[in-house]
Amino acid sequence: MSATTETQGAATDRVRGMLTGADAGRRRTDRTMTVLVYVAFLAAITPLVSLIWTVVANGIERFGPDFLLFSMRGVFGGMDAGGAYHAIVGTLVITLSATVISVPIGIMTAIYLVEYGRGPLARAVTFFVDVMTGIPSIVAGLFAISLFGLIMGPGVRLGIIGAIALSVLMIPVVVRSSEEMLKLVPNELREASYALGVPKWLTIVKVVLRTSVAGLTTGVLLAIARVIGETAPLLVTVGVTDSINFNPFDGRMMTLPVFIYRQFQQGLVPCQPDDAACITDINYMRAWTAALTLILIVMLLNLLGRLVTKLFAPKLR
Amino acid sequence: MAQRIDVKDLNIYYGDFLAVQDVSMSIEPRSVTAFIGPSGCGKSTFLRTLNRMHEVIPGARVEGTVEMEGVDLYGDDVDPVAVRRSIGMVFQRPNPFPTMSIRDNVLAGVKLNNRRMSKSDADDMVEQSLRGANLWNEVKDRLEKPGSGLSGGQQQRLCIARAIAVKPQVLLMDEPCSALDPISTLAIEDLIQELKKDYTIVIVTHNMQQAARVSDRTAFFNIAGTGKPGRLIEMNDTATIFSSPAEKATEDYVSGRFG
Repeated sequence: MSATTETQGAATDRVRGMLTGADAGRRRTDRTMTVLVYVAFLAAITPLVSLIWTVVANGIERFGPDFLLFSMRGVFGGMDAGGAYHAIVGTLVITLSATVISVPIGIMTAIYLVEYGRGPLARAVTFFVDVMTGIPSIVAGLFAISLFGLIMGPGVRLGIIGAIALSVLMIPVVVRSSEEMLKLVPNELREASYALGVPKWLTIVKVVLRTSVAGLTTGVLLAIARVIGETAPLLVTVGVTDSINFNPFDGRMMTLPVFIYRQFQQGLVPCQPDDAACITDINYMRAWTAALTLILIVMLLNLLGRLVTKLFAPKLR
Repeated sequence: MAQRIDVKDLNIYYGDFLAVQDVSMSIEPRSVTAFIGPSGCGKSTFLRTLNRMHEVIPGARVEGTVEMEGVDLYGDDVDPVAVRRSIGMVFQRPNPFPTMSIRDNVLAGVKLNNRRMSKSDADDMVEQSLRGANLWNEVKDRLEKPGSGLSGGQQQRLCIARAIAVKPQVLLMDEPCSALDPISTLAIEDLIQELKKDYTIVIVTHNMQQAARVSDRTAFFNIAGTGKPGRLIEMNDTATIFSSPAEKATEDYVSGRFG
């Protein structure tokens, strides 16, 4: 009996040695890599936090109903007045138009690539989408302005031209993300639908798109976030104005990124020493506040996207 | 309601690759026909040609004829969508639509086809189909819950309910129990026995006891080697196949000597 206990004790020790002592080197590597990953995370998050902090700290002072609801019409010098209403309107109208143009084209291209595309045409489409991803934004702007210059004569500036320039940038992002999302839909669901005698197009509309709608929304929002801050193409296609313009088919519009650029470019105001109402760095302050507004718009869009994702995602219970 | 299927000299290709060669058989109405054979011998491929589901795979095509009550399913004027409407299919892994409730899953054949239906008709169809699939009592209080919240066996019965809701003539089952536990398997086998009163049923199975339990006729498929096409070796009454098969290969397979 005691012999058995002894043997058992020895076996326990041996197993304990086997399970605890082994691989000190691996655990050291594990700790090193963990530290590295945390350091990389901090390195990535620091500039982001610093950026948001700077924008909020500099922009919060002028942020308020006055800034959101007044344009720059009749505002000059160091006046303590003026806002970005016209720029917010312009950004929303132009980005919305660009989205309306790019999302159908982008999603239908993705549907073609995933559900129908075979052979050389599909490969060519994929290749050109890849090429489009790399187009510099100013080139997209020049493309749109010269296209409309051919039709409507030189010097034309319209919101819709900016929207087309932005959709050139947006389409490849929408195609890429939608393609990945459609590929994630299990083939079994398509087969289940075919086996019920559902034609292919209805299967795509009602099963494939419906199942992936949450992912598609995320992709579209990413594409919007990608273009909403574009400055260069809008500067050349839409131009600059101080007035409110809701109509993308009629005349120049202001947009938030261009507004920021304009205000920053105007720089310090040379104030008269006796003019108490004059603020020297008013232009910089407006630029920061507009930047804050732009970030808030993107954030709101993302929250909206989260909501859509939550509502439409496949549920388990 | 149930229809007979006659297959004549069917060759099935994936691109240039001949997957199944020279199959001729008759599938009787109101009976259960089982396909057995080793993996890769073309049972599932052959099953999928019976409702033109193999065409979903690019490059797949057939030579020969598959006739339902004398009508060639591969005739020029035959719509594959209509073929799939009258020959339903249940897959190996339960695949309810994850975005739909249990009720909507049963109605999927109607809803996905954009057909309108009064609420009372829809309710009747849901209850009838779920009763037909022996699932009604388990889910009647949670019809609006997502179908993917059910257990594997319940999901598979939901898929059967979905398939019989479109009132097909023939029901194809591709290893319907291979992902299920023995109790769910038994439930499905009982269900097959009931369904055979109204439908022609074809089932692919790897489980020979299952073939012996549920089927009236059994077809044994085999493959000579990798890269060679699968063939129908022998088809007969299930009792004959399992007691005194004509071919040596069949006897070896059903007695577990190979495969």
